[in-house]
Amino acid sequence: MTHYETILPQLYEILKPFAQDGQTLSDETELVADLDLDSMKVMEILLEVEERFDISIPLNVIPDVRTIRDFARQIEQLTERK
Amino acid sequence: MTALLEKFRQLADAREALTQLSQDPFRVTIERILSPTEALVNGRPMILAGTNNYLGLTFDPQCIEAAVQAVQEQGTGTTGSRMANGSFSGHLALEKELAEFFGRRWCNVFSTGYLANLGVIAALTGPGDVILIDADCHASIYDGCRMSGAEIIRFRHNDVADLYKRLARLRERSTNTLIIVEGLYSMLGDRAALTEIAAAKRKYGAYLLVDEAHSLGVLGKRGRGLSEEAGVEDSIDFIVGTFSKSLGATGGFCVSDHPEVDLVRYVSRPYIFTASPCPSVIASTRVALHKLQTKPELRVQLWNNAQRLYDSLKGLGFRLGPDPSPIIAARFGQKEETIAFWNGLFDQGVYVNMILPPAAPDGGSLLRCSVSAAHTPDQMDRICQAFASVKAALLS
Repeated sequence: MTHYETILPQLYEILKPFAQDGQTLSDETELVADLDLDSMKVMEILLEVEERFDISIPLNVIPDVRTIRDFARQIEQLTERK
Repeated sequence: MTALLEKFRQLADAREALTQLSQDPFRVTIERILSPTEALVNGRPMILAGTNNYLGLTFDPQCIEAAVQAVQEQGTGTTGSRMANGSFSGHLALEKELAEFFGRRWCNVFSTGYLANLGVIAALTGPGDVILIDADCHASIYDGCRMSGAEIIRFRHNDVADLYKRLARLRERSTNTLIIVEGLYSMLGDRAALTEIAAAKRKYGAYLLVDEAHSLGVLGKRGRGLSEEAGVEDSIDFIVGTFSKSLGATGGFCVSDHPEVDLVRYVSRPYIFTASPCPSVIASTRVALHKLQTKPELRVQLWNNAQRLYDSLKGLGFRLGPDPSPIIAARFGQKEETIAFWNGLFDQGVYVNMILPPAAPDGGSLLRCSVSAAHTPDQMDRICQAFASVKAALLS
């Protein structure tokens, strides 16, 4: 199992409470368009992800994160930097 | 709307919804300003309780006289940047006076406080560096960070443990890191935990910038801000501030003992590519800075008024910031309740700042007051009474 594949299920677990009723999450799910996340929710999620993976997510990378896949890739890069 | 302008539709709808509930609170016109604390708004006198005019110096006769004399002698504007057109002697004199006031070697003056943060942060840091900012920092700090190209990491508001954790994660990069906090946070008026933050900076070899915009003239025995009050000035690398609050004008500055601050002039776009402060602004600011130092009774009066309003609103059951300060913000949950309350205060002749999501911390809404040394006891009574009567009316 690659590092990316270990990150993905943990990310689903964090994002699941934000899914709409009956919505299935995949790595192509878009955070803003599909999950309807506002800026407050995004910040809440970032804090939880930072705690879970013991990383600090720079604000600079957020514009590049559109899908759950993008998010997982960023986490992968940041955890590998440690 | 065309595709280009489509993005404004949501904003137009939001404004329309707001004006259905009240007059547009973001387009209040002050028809005539009467004093630091009173104005005519919609034809009626209004107590101004949201001006940031902490020492009430905007109508100080000597500040006005200095500004008038500067206009007469030096004209209305500088019509260009200091880099291209040259510095007026007043610019240099003010920089010297600010450096002396703070006990620092270097000072740069900028045309606004916003530009000071942009100019300093974007010059000090760049790609490869890290900026650690308190989550509740002002937009000018966020914008300066973005402009710098450095890696921007937020830490939880005033959470020193979170700051330590993030510094530890940076490892050897912590020495390439600029920590940024504010003396008094503009929304809730709470102080940075500066003693602990300064200790963290020392431990990890980072740099520390404190924005004293709201604390200059307000905190510290000599009015130098939270850095002075907390007794950690030696650990603060850069202090940024503004002339637009306790000094009653407009403009900004950075003081430091690092000689590189003098070199910021050569690389800072917000310093280079804008017109320098007008002679009248520099002249009134110099007099106001002198008053700040020689009239400590203004600070005493300011704090008496701050304590008075804080105690009164707390007694009425409002949720406030953690400690009294000249910024006193009543926290509300629902936007509609906040708008109704703001309108109630307006009808009672009291003007405060309304802060709606997402501008307020934690996604809530605020009615933010800022008191002044110039508020009279009678005005303070009327502000307190207005909050009490509007609350009673909305609950009935």
